[in-house]
Amino acid sequence: MTVTLFIPCFVDSLYPGVGISMVRILERLGHRVVCPEEIACCGQPAFNSGYWPEAREVAGPVLRRLQDAEVVVIASGSCGAMLKVFYPQLFAETAQAEAAKALSPKVWEFSSFLADKLGVTDLGARFPAKVTFHDGCHGLRELGIKTAPRRLLEKVQGLELVEMADAETCCGFGGTFSAKFPMISTAMGEVKCAGAAETGADYIVSNDSSCLMHVQGLLSRQGSPIKTLHLAEILAQR
Amino acid sequence: MTTHVQDFLAQARVVTRDLRHRGLIQTALRKYETARDRKKAAFNDWQSARQAAAETKWDAINHLDTYLAEFADKMEARGTQVHWAGNAAEAREIILGIIRSKGARSIIKSKAMTAEEIHLNDAMEKAGYEVVESDLGEFIVQLRHEPPYHIVFPAMHLTRDDINELFQKELGSASTREPEELTMIARRALRRKYITADVGITGANFAIAETGMISITENEGNARLTAALPKTMITLVGIEKVLPKLEDLALFLPMLATAGAGQTITGYNTMYGGPRQPGECDGPEEYHVVLLDNRRTELLADPEQRDALHCIRCGACLNVCPIFKNVGGHTYGTTYSGPVGSVITPHLRGLQDWKHLSGSSSLCGACTEACPVKIDLHHHLLRNRRNAAFGEPSFFERLAYRLFAFVINRPGLYRFAKEAGRLTEPLQKLIRNTPLDPARAWTGSRDLPPMPEQSFKEWWEERR
Repeated sequence: MTVTLFIPCFVDSLYPGVGISMVRILERLGHRVVCPEEIACCGQPAFNSGYWPEAREVAGPVLRRLQDAEVVVIASGSCGAMLKVFYPQLFAETAQAEAAKALSPKVWEFSSFLADKLGVTDLGARFPAKVTFHDGCHGLRELGIKTAPRRLLEKVQGLELVEMADAETCCGFGGTFSAKFPMISTAMGEVKCAGAAETGADYIVSNDSSCLMHVQGLLSRQGSPIKTLHLAEILAQR
Repeated sequence: MTTHVQDFLAQARVVTRDLRHRGLIQTALRKYETARDRKKAAFNDWQSARQAAAETKWDAINHLDTYLAEFADKMEARGTQVHWAGNAAEAREIILGIIRSKGARSIIKSKAMTAEEIHLNDAMEKAGYEVVESDLGEFIVQLRHEPPYHIVFPAMHLTRDDINELFQKELGSASTREPEELTMIARRALRRKYITADVGITGANFAIAETGMISITENEGNARLTAALPKTMITLVGIEKVLPKLEDLALFLPMLATAGAGQTITGYNTMYGGPRQPGECDGPEEYHVVLLDNRRTELLADPEQRDALHCIRCGACLNVCPIFKNVGGHTYGTTYSGPVGSVITPHLRGLQDWKHLSGSSSLCGACTEACPVKIDLHHHLLRNRRNAAFGEPSFFERLAYRLFAFVINRPGLYRFAKEAGRLTEPLQKLIRNTPLDPARAWTGSRDLPPMPEQSFKEWWEERR
């Protein structure tokens, strides 16, 4: 099928490897991948801050450009939730209300697209390391994604998955929250990092680069040897 | 004078730096979570229990007018005097009026968050009455001249050493670290008060419309003594606490105990149907129920967020909230803290003054998942943010989002912005975490990822 990739702004500019891995995996599975250049951001920062008209300025063009897509696949549970769950609310009672409703069922977070939509869990990946998985809140609670990333990780050769205490507890990123309330955000991140460190894992893996940006920012400031990696980058390893 | 948001930020800074404080709360709540999960497993199906509870509360709140009238009629039929308080001042005046008319001097009180909400103790003390809190946790925070830390566990921020020290200083007791002995010290101090008190004031967990009864659950038996021994009993209850039928308690009592404290059922569950009836040998001679609105009807008028009135004050959302676990209860500066407090305080006390509570959340949704009556808590935080920004937008924030939209919607400009970010990276590193750094809110405690040589879109273009 033709897969329209939605590469969020921070993945595009800071974590290109995540997008590249997704392209490689999807093409290996025989799908045609398209990625419209004009689509860059889902509009979540303004939306979460309460600035809905400004969020629509960003989200409106996205909605128009995605309306003919067969499926839309996103490297982030958070941006995925924005398109799938929050666009219908953001555009309720506007001219684009129907378009937002129509887009919603076509939107897939990457791990769920592989495991649930395509039914593929073994991608022939090899990654000999001990990893722990962090459930990004939006993916977990807005999209209900819990088992898909784990089913994918279980099939990776050489990989040992160890669950951390409070895997489902927020890492403290929360978008603009992390800059508006840095002390709270940092304290939450410290708890997350401590939970991950207890497992003795080499990597904290997640399906959301935004969580990982926060966790990695703390780990590297603390001088911790633990590294972070997006699920797609592991699944693309041979 | 500082604003509420400044107080909040200052206090959050203090507590997030206090590892001992955070450790204490997190350890306590971890124990709660273990107990709660064990008790939840005793339900045949926790999710359908939540659904049933949510539907019952939906019915109660959407027909509040008829259920409240039914409740008041039934209570009055057995001799209870029912009072309707529109706001906090009215509620205080009604209660002080009853106390004055009885010529009372001392008052014993059991746990009531509504009394905190209307600052009842302050008002009674200013009027010259002695007020003693009979719930152990409330008794402790009262001795410390502090508000309760948590709506269910008022003294959870204190260790037994803290309490020992407090009792030695305030009650002149001997030093001990034994919880039983500490409890006995409080008990000895309190028993005398029950006997001498002229008026007993309680809160309420539920108000049953069908039978006209107040339901109170507690673990210490103190509310029973508060209600039974003084000649006059007053119950202060928020109007949202109504349940349609007596049988609803069969679900709500175990649910409240499980979600709130990880218990199968709370130690004492009592129903109060009115004053002493002819031929009865005990109970108060006079019973007053004060129904408190205090802007709850304004929330009722908002169909989008009306379900916030479903709240049974179990505290489950506080207990799972990573914000609460890292800033603690007092930081909020409100009667109702944690997620539900961040949802309802802007409604009860003013959106613009309290919008920071709705803002100080990562919107993780752990609260919504935990809520036994299925309040859409974290989405209500979003709605409060939207309403706040619509009412009084910040000039700079709105400008920033407009600029962002302008750039991101133009691929050429966006490419230029990325290029500029990459080119100025050495300069950014130079000023990192200094007052010149525009990203200091982030870089003060976290590193920024390095800019890659090529963005995804550049790679994609090149590949094509």
